[in-house]
Amino acid sequence: MASTEHGGEQSGGSMPDPMHQFEIDRIIPINFFGLDASFTNSSKWMLIALLVVAGFLILSMRGRSLVPTRAQSVAELAYEFIANMVRDNVGTEGMKYFPFVFTLFMFILACNMLGMVPYSFTVTSHIIVTFGLAAVVFIGVTVIGFIRHGVGFLKFFVPSGVPAPMLALLVPIELISYLTRPVSLSVRLFANMMAGHTMLKVFGGFVVALGFLGGWAPLAFMVAFTGLEVLVAFLQAYVFAVLTCIYLNDAMHMHH
Amino acid sequence: MEAEAAKLIGAGLASIALVGAGIGIGTIFGNYLSGALRNPSAAQGQFANLLLGFALAEATGLFGLVVAFIILFAF
Repeated sequence: MASTEHGGEQSGGSMPDPMHQFEIDRIIPINFFGLDASFTNSSKWMLIALLVVAGFLILSMRGRSLVPTRAQSVAELAYEFIANMVRDNVGTEGMKYFPFVFTLFMFILACNMLGMVPYSFTVTSHIIVTFGLAAVVFIGVTVIGFIRHGVGFLKFFVPSGVPAPMLALLVPIELISYLTRPVSLSVRLFANMMAGHTMLKVFGGFVVALGFLGGWAPLAFMVAFTGLEVLVAFLQAYVFAVLTCIYLNDAMHMHH
Repeated sequence: MEAEAAKLIGAGLASIALVGAGIGIGTIFGNYLSGALRNPSAAQGQFANLLLGFALAEATGLFGLVVAFIILFAF
């Protein structure tokens, strides 16, 4: 966010700046042919999310026992959850894209959940990260559609059973709604994470500002709201994965 | 009018988008509850759809919040 330059001065009084948590710090400055490719705190938390997911899945599945241990059943639960989602939404031939959806879901889930840890950094609260993920989904799905249907994929934008004069109106609408998919997909995740974390920080500021006597009411709200935020963190990862499946289904089967 | 004041008013107006999110979330949970009370055995199967609808409705309101943030901080 560009907010950090002048966000600090605007929030007056003793309230801490709720936007400070989204600041990006360079840990190892790297200049890659004139591009700023520094290793930042965002990269650090992405790496941590990757290590958490990979470490959890590798360690929990190491036993490969027929009767799963607790950790193994959690890993199997996650696998089955996404496998069922892909099977229900895309069908069995969509299962070859299951590794991608599973990776996407686990990465976003890990980033969102790690963001709930105090003093951590929420990678998904930056639109460039979520837009990068959404752009991968969008471009990938479009390429799959064109590979499977060739030029016939363009019929996706022409609704069937519509009189010809109406098509002049409907085709641009279909096209625009298709092109806004990556925007809505990325803004949904980013806005949820940023708004939630900002609100947590604002109410955290209320707790401090009201002191020992009055701070209990916002503290109780904070506890409830943290629970809601954990739900939202899971839900947004789920929604991202479900919408990826739905887009994939559109490209593979063209339900129009 | 000063640009700063106009920015604050604009950000406030953008927050009205949350009205729609409130209506949407209320509709989704209300209809889910009334449906679940009529046919409790079918309620479990629609829980995933409920959460999906909740997340989608909530997100539209947050788009308004993003507009407010853009007005406040990006201009």
